[in-house]
Amino acid sequence: MLVIAMQVSLVLITIAMLGFIYRLIKGPTVPDRIVALDAIGINLVAMIAVLSMLFRTYVFLDVILLLGILSFIGTTAFSKFLEKGEIIENDRNH
Amino acid sequence: MTVIIETMIILFLLLGVFLTLVAAFGVIRLPDVYTRNHAASKSATLGVMFILLSCFLYFYLIEGHFSSRVLLGIAFIFITAPVGGHLISRAAYHSGVKLWGKSVRDDLKNKK
Repeated sequence: MLVIAMQVSLVLITIAMLGFIYRLIKGPTVPDRIVALDAIGINLVAMIAVLSMLFRTYVFLDVILLLGILSFIGTTAFSKFLEKGEIIENDRNH
Repeated sequence: MTVIIETMIILFLLLGVFLTLVAAFGVIRLPDVYTRNHAASKSATLGVMFILLSCFLYFYLIEGHFSSRVLLGIAFIFITAPVGGHLISRAAYHSGVKLWGKSVRDDLKNKK
């Protein structure tokens, strides 16, 4: 029962990720694509959690935290680039 | 006892998957960036938090392994996902992305 629920939820997460990929390809503006990428990163965390439950191993649980941190850093860098034109500013006077 | 534990794990798992599907549906269907960001940053975050909670319960109650990393992951996603959504939406507004045509008010327009 548990295994069947995990397999079903893995398939449904894959369908959700296909929806985000549709928005990533079609999205009319750049922020649309950033929203889709952020949601794909968050969804990948869920997929790794379900996969590590399915494989009955806890060595993948580090990856959850790592992907959360990397997804947040990527989103922050992208939106700062969109807003100011550069990510790390060298000008110290403002 | 095992039946109760398994039912709880399956319930949290399916609730999280349902919220993730709702987020994907909203990202496909809604009309502009801000509403899509609203759907993606709220619903997907809560769905992933439910799935991680079910993962933590599975490893703690069935395998007997207390995984503090998953708890830390839940706390981290709960803190950072709304901040990421705010940054994307702010960058979209300041880089000139238009609101949906039927929006009725724009409070940020007179703030400059």
